[in-house]
Amino acid sequence: MLQVKNKSFRIGAAITLFMLLLILVGTFWTPYDPNAMSAAEKMAAPGLRHPLGTDNFGRDILSRVVEGTRATFLVALCSVAIGLLAGLVIGGLTGYYGGWVDELLMRLNDSLTAFPSLLLALVLIAVFRSGKYSIILVLGVLFIPSFARIVRTEVAQQKALDYVRSARLMGVRDMRVLFVHILPNILPVLLSSVAIGFNNAVLAESSMSYLGLGVQPPDASLGRMLNEAQAYLLRAPWYALSAGLAVILLVLGFGLLSEGFGGEGRA
Amino acid sequence: MKKRILALVLAVLMTAALCACGGGKSPEVQPADIPNGSAGEKAPGGEITVGIAADLDTSLDPHVSSSSAGTREVLFNIYEGLVKPDTDGNLIPAIAEDYSVNETADAYTYTLRSGVRFHNGKTVTVGDVVYSLSRAAGLDTGEPLVSELAGIASVEAVDDRTVVVRLKKPDAEFNAYMYAAIIPEGVDIAAETVGTGPFRLVSRTPQESVVLERFADYWGEGAKLDKVTLKVIPDAQTMVLSLRSGAIDMAERLSSSQVADLGDLTILEGGNNVVQALYLNNDYEPFRDLRVRQALCFAIDKHALIELASDGHGTPIGSAMIPSMGRFVVPELTDYYKPDVEKARALLKEAGYEKLRFTITVPSNMQPHVDAAQVLVEQLRAAGIEATIRLVEWAAWYDEVYKGRDFEATVVGMDTHSLAASGCLARYQSDSSKNFINFKCDEYDETYRRAIAAVDEAEQTALFKQCQTILTEQAASVYIQDVASFVALQKNVGGYLFYPALYILDLASMYRAQ
Amino acid sequence: MLLVTLLLVSLIAYLAFEIIPGDPTTMLLGSDYSEERAEALRESMGLNRSVLVRYLDWLGSFLHGDPGTSYSYAMPVREVLRGKLAVTAVLSLMSWVLVIGVSLPFGIALVRYQNKPFGKLGVSVNQVFMAFPPFFLGIMLTYIFGLLLRLFTPGRFIPFSESVPGCLAYLFFPALAISIPKIAKTVKLLRASILSEMKRDYVLTAYSHGSSRWMVLKNHVVRNALLPVVTYLAMSLADIVASSIIVEQVFVVPGLGRLLVASISNRDYPVALCIVVMIASVVVIMNYLADILTQAIDPRVRLS
Repeated sequence: MLQVKNKSFRIGAAITLFMLLLILVGTFWTPYDPNAMSAAEKMAAPGLRHPLGTDNFGRDILSRVVEGTRATFLVALCSVAIGLLAGLVIGGLTGYYGGWVDELLMRLNDSLTAFPSLLLALVLIAVFRSGKYSIILVLGVLFIPSFARIVRTEVAQQKALDYVRSARLMGVRDMRVLFVHILPNILPVLLSSVAIGFNNAVLAESSMSYLGLGVQPPDASLGRMLNEAQAYLLRAPWYALSAGLAVILLVLGFGLLSEGFGGEGRA
Repeated sequence: MKKRILALVLAVLMTAALCACGGGKSPEVQPADIPNGSAGEKAPGGEITVGIAADLDTSLDPHVSSSSAGTREVLFNIYEGLVKPDTDGNLIPAIAEDYSVNETADAYTYTLRSGVRFHNGKTVTVGDVVYSLSRAAGLDTGEPLVSELAGIASVEAVDDRTVVVRLKKPDAEFNAYMYAAIIPEGVDIAAETVGTGPFRLVSRTPQESVVLERFADYWGEGAKLDKVTLKVIPDAQTMVLSLRSGAIDMAERLSSSQVADLGDLTILEGGNNVVQALYLNNDYEPFRDLRVRQALCFAIDKHALIELASDGHGTPIGSAMIPSMGRFVVPELTDYYKPDVEKARALLKEAGYEKLRFTITVPSNMQPHVDAAQVLVEQLRAAGIEATIRLVEWAAWYDEVYKGRDFEATVVGMDTHSLAASGCLARYQSDSSKNFINFKCDEYDETYRRAIAAVDEAEQTALFKQCQTILTEQAASVYIQDVASFVALQKNVGGYLFYPALYILDLASMYRAQ
Repeated sequence: MLLVTLLLVSLIAYLAFEIIPGDPTTMLLGSDYSEERAEALRESMGLNRSVLVRYLDWLGSFLHGDPGTSYSYAMPVREVLRGKLAVTAVLSLMSWVLVIGVSLPFGIALVRYQNKPFGKLGVSVNQVFMAFPPFFLGIMLTYIFGLLLRLFTPGRFIPFSESVPGCLAYLFFPALAISIPKIAKTVKLLRASILSEMKRDYVLTAYSHGSSRWMVLKNHVVRNALLPVVTYLAMSLADIVASSIIVEQVFVVPGLGRLLVASISNRDYPVALCIVVMIASVVVIMNYLADILTQAIDPRVRLS
């Protein structure tokens, strides 16, 4: 079903697997408690005890990078899931049935995509109050229009194809046609969009947390850590570098994967 | 062909690099050898750029008492009252040359200094003084703009140099409130900034900068600098970068972690003159129970907090008084609650809140409070209390927490407007509009009322001390510290002065060595 | 259609600011005030009328070039935005020019040297740069060029009024941070587009006529392959404006970004709304132009 091709897919898969492994291990074990402070070990340089050193509260940076990656990953995952599910339902129904509802929703969709997502996130976060769950919700809502649009276009195209026509002629119920017959056929395009959406979510989460609107301290998130690390650029450049590298690896891995899923998806 | 493309790419890069070099050259500042705070080569004139963490308030009306501390410390350079504070914590004559108080402490007489001019060139008259005080005390409207002046019954000009202020009831501390700005009559002060201070406001660009210039006709010694640009830098990390790069000459109220990376600059340390506390909403269900509030006090180790959040810099406190308030401070209250996790757990169990959870709302632009909150969360966790931080914008904090009183707990620093003890303590009266923690205690109200009315200074001091003891015993909030204020100055800038008790940035004494 | 979308955009923005909790009057009055004064202020600010009336009222004056008065600064929004608008516009345009100026030659070069080490390495480097968040690049640029090499002074923005070259030199670094990931994406798109074009019949015909690979590329392929790229470039200006909001914070550039964040937090809706609607309008118009452009270049594409 999926055309798994080229080298970039393999590299992407390797990076993503590595990050997933890191997140999985981090869920059960980190070298130190990522939030535990120690007055005796503030701003320690990388060494045997702390491979990436400690921050201004004496917290272990490696543990925090792992924990931050996990937090960023989960936020991205959940928000893409929200966007995808809502997008599937809205896009599927409007694409399948068409009509004035379709027209109206797509017009609304156009207007919403006119706002750069970051701008909309800034406004929305002021409504929902900042925090980890708000950011998931805000980003999730933000992703609905783009997913809905992709699903709608694909469904509308598939609808005209012979296999759907014959299924309908045979009296298969609409919902079954939509989700059992059409869905698997638009999966490749969808998967690629999911990967791209995921990357946008990672970037959006880290940007928002960098501005102080996402994950709240003392909890770690990659954007939050980048903000904190900025003051210590000269004394502890590894702090910013390790958090930045984690963002890049997450995005790079999924970016390469999305190509592997076949072609340029949009999101 | 190959070469042409390479050349194109190169050209683009070269242009970019040249661009960068051309404009970015920053002359290396030669460190002039000036000892901290001492005179050095005081060359008059010059200008400096100062980084400030928040833009000034919308209104620069000096009589708006709800103005933020950050705005008031700038206005200190533009407006003056009849008296003003000095660096020893005394009141010195300013627009008034002299003053006297009658025996019953309900009438104060001020003699004006002659030849004091406003920034618009006009001379200060008794008319201006009567107008200013009447306006601030709300004598016409019945609504005092400066709440400390609510006790004024009348303001009268006796002759063209003398003004008498009569009070509704005796108040021995009243002179401390006479910092209230004197403004020119007939000027819309909300729209036009005209004072008598050593600096005058030249321009203001929203979220960007405020420019002050030396006022040449100042009555006193006047400012040393010709011009000061206050640059708005709300991000703590960016402030450090700007200091390090030399983009700004000075910033104050920095945290120890902010200045740790600024080895090449002059670093001074003093107090912020704020009461930093984990302020508890006494109306929030669990915090209505004294035992819960006390449990929080026992759960927190303020010395460890100061060590973690600011490398041991900061003055621990045990009640609501700013530690530099001298005779009013009660040092033995500092360690009234010795850190004791077991005791905290026991108290919570007794109160029926074994699994206590609450949210600490913190204004995001205030790094020392954000840092303290992070340590608090960890310390509370050790006592089985689950606290979460919610960072909010300053405006939202003000709206929800301070004005709306819709919060569970918050970490901020409260400052005082005046050198009087009431500046720190008035807010805990049950009916005070500033009592945002909803503290209610009849004994406190009564003690405070007696303290205000007391004419004898010793008696009054004792009563104010008793007020603080009540606050501590009642665990009104978890008092932590006066946050250390670090001031970073480029090597060729000096003259920064620390004031006790008040939140002040005195630019007049600052200078730049040539 | 364009107008309908623009209207919807402004309505959505207006409503979004309606539901944000918090009351602008409290910011103006402070803590010691009476309900009557607050009510009087609300009345004078026109806050007690219905949402729709206020929206239409606002829209009317907005279209006449008057976006209202800032709550926070008690001056016309136009005054508040003056200067800042230009800074963000220059920064965005500079980034855009960088994207176009670098990505086109680089993308073509990558195809030209597809089988050489340069081409292979270039593709990998490009892929990595795509994953860089602009604000992280900003932090790194500040560190390397600002603090280590001292090519510019982070935080000391030079306004136009002081020195135009100085200003442009300062803005070059934030522009770089914004444009690098965009360049990478454009290069990738261009490369893919050229490669797919190369497989077409007319290219094979050209080869059979004895043209060299480079001649084919230059004379036939690039022009056709540019089509999707041009559309992408037109639309990417919007993203660039959005990234500049964050990157401005990293470099302390006094543009719209800082003002937007501050005005949202200060509930200064007239300012925030004006900025949001302006940015969104740019996006809508650019998208529309991109559609028209696509149609003009390739008549097979019809506007729906």
